[in-house]
Amino acid sequence: MKLHRMYALSIRHLYLIKGSFPRILDLIYWPTIQIILWGFISQFFTMYSDYYNNTIGVILSCAILYDFLFRSSISFNMLFLEEIWSRNFTNLFVAPLKVSEIITALTATALLRTLIGIIPAIILMSPLFGVSLFQMGPALFLLFLSLYLFGTTLGLLVTSGLLRFGPAFENTAWSSLFLLAPLGCVYYPLSILPEWLQILAKGLPLVYIFEEARSILVNNVVNYSNIISALVLNLIYFTSAIAIFYLAFSGARKKGTLINVGE
Amino acid sequence: MNETIIEVNNLVKKFKHSFAVNNLNFKLKKGTILGLLGPNGCGKTTTLGMLLGLIKPTSGTVLIDGKDIENEKNRTSLLEKINFISPYIELPKKLTVRENLMVYGRMYGVKNLKDKISDLMQNLNLSEFKNRKTGELSSGQKNRVSLAKALVNDPEILLLDEPTASLDPDVGDYIRTYIEDFAKKKNKTILLASHNMNEVERLCNEVMMMKKGEIIDKGTINSLIDKHGRKNLEETFLKIVRE
Repeated sequence: MKLHRMYALSIRHLYLIKGSFPRILDLIYWPTIQIILWGFISQFFTMYSDYYNNTIGVILSCAILYDFLFRSSISFNMLFLEEIWSRNFTNLFVAPLKVSEIITALTATALLRTLIGIIPAIILMSPLFGVSLFQMGPALFLLFLSLYLFGTTLGLLVTSGLLRFGPAFENTAWSSLFLLAPLGCVYYPLSILPEWLQILAKGLPLVYIFEEARSILVNNVVNYSNIISALVLNLIYFTSAIAIFYLAFSGARKKGTLINVGE
Repeated sequence: MNETIIEVNNLVKKFKHSFAVNNLNFKLKKGTILGLLGPNGCGKTTTLGMLLGLIKPTSGTVLIDGKDIENEKNRTSLLEKINFISPYIELPKKLTVRENLMVYGRMYGVKNLKDKISDLMQNLNLSEFKNRKTGELSSGQKNRVSLAKALVNDPEILLLDEPTASLDPDVGDYIRTYIEDFAKKKNKTILLASHNMNEVERLCNEVMMMKKGEIIDKGTINSLIDKHGRKNLEETFLKIVRE
């Protein structure tokens, strides 16, 4: 074994990390997010251990809803990443495709991809744990719609980054949702967050969606104001994300990255 | 034969502080096969990128059939008449040859697509591979699939970026013969960026030499050889780029 050869291979990757802010961020990101998320969950259960009568039902339902969001976003990103990995990216952009057609096709295909993944999990919940998501009634459809819109919004933002900055932005595709998990109050109520974080969290549709899911599961009460707040916020973010995607496409054409997507 | 199909006016592309393409002007008549020659980094790929609407020019215009490709309304309809092949891009490896051609045929709105694909497969000797995954093919076979994709919409303009790079002489010759027949029989316009001088001599009726983003000479192959007093295109190319 020669040290100089091993050193050479190591610095090949260090050069890559040094030259890419998204890669450095990715290294720091995961441990920080894990600590924050599980810190809040632990704090909640320490303080309010008698909060849920139906702990498993609420936690599992929220986990499935969160997974639906995760999958709809990742599916959108994956469809785009597949084109980069297969070096097919340029072929698509020399084809007579409009940006609006790309967005629509990815959004529809991502939904199909998400449903393939999530439907078996929803079906398995009942025989394995005696929990049915359908006990949430018609409001469930609106919650899914909201989550799907937000997942697609995140997908659009990540793919905008991929268009503008290239594959170095790939890690962000995987990690974007975990950044929002602690703020989204998936497993605990909004009140568990410090006040200054609550202000920030209220800007996310996730808070309203998961607060509502818990309200239905724990109290059997549907609060449509939460559902409307989530949908309105989603429409604002979704429209902004489409505008950002168009800007990223224009930026990529200026930078010339559509013809040469590489490391 | 005399109608102008590509018109490039004062085309400039500046990346940060350097000019990739600087004040390019040329016109191509329908049916022309133009060779775009120049050393690496001279702006050939950037020029092709701007002709395809993939790269936004800093200034200047690219008119295809008299329409500006930068106009979003024109872009889609113009791209239906153009296609592109480059060794630096590939088709999805996990799709079969037939699936790939179906995807792109539909994207280009090709009518009678099944018949078109069947003809292309037969002409390019791909029929036996139609159900094989594209990633499992040899580089020569993959190149033929890419060519089939580039011809699926029967393009009026075909942009070729080093179409035979890294191919063995036999496959390279096969591709050149096919492109030659396609252009001559159907009066198609081809812009060929290549470092292979034999290929350019065989296929092209006009040549444009580029250096540092600018056109430094252009004309028919014989006129350039005579003008620079050399024996062949390769010697002419070397003289021009080393001056």
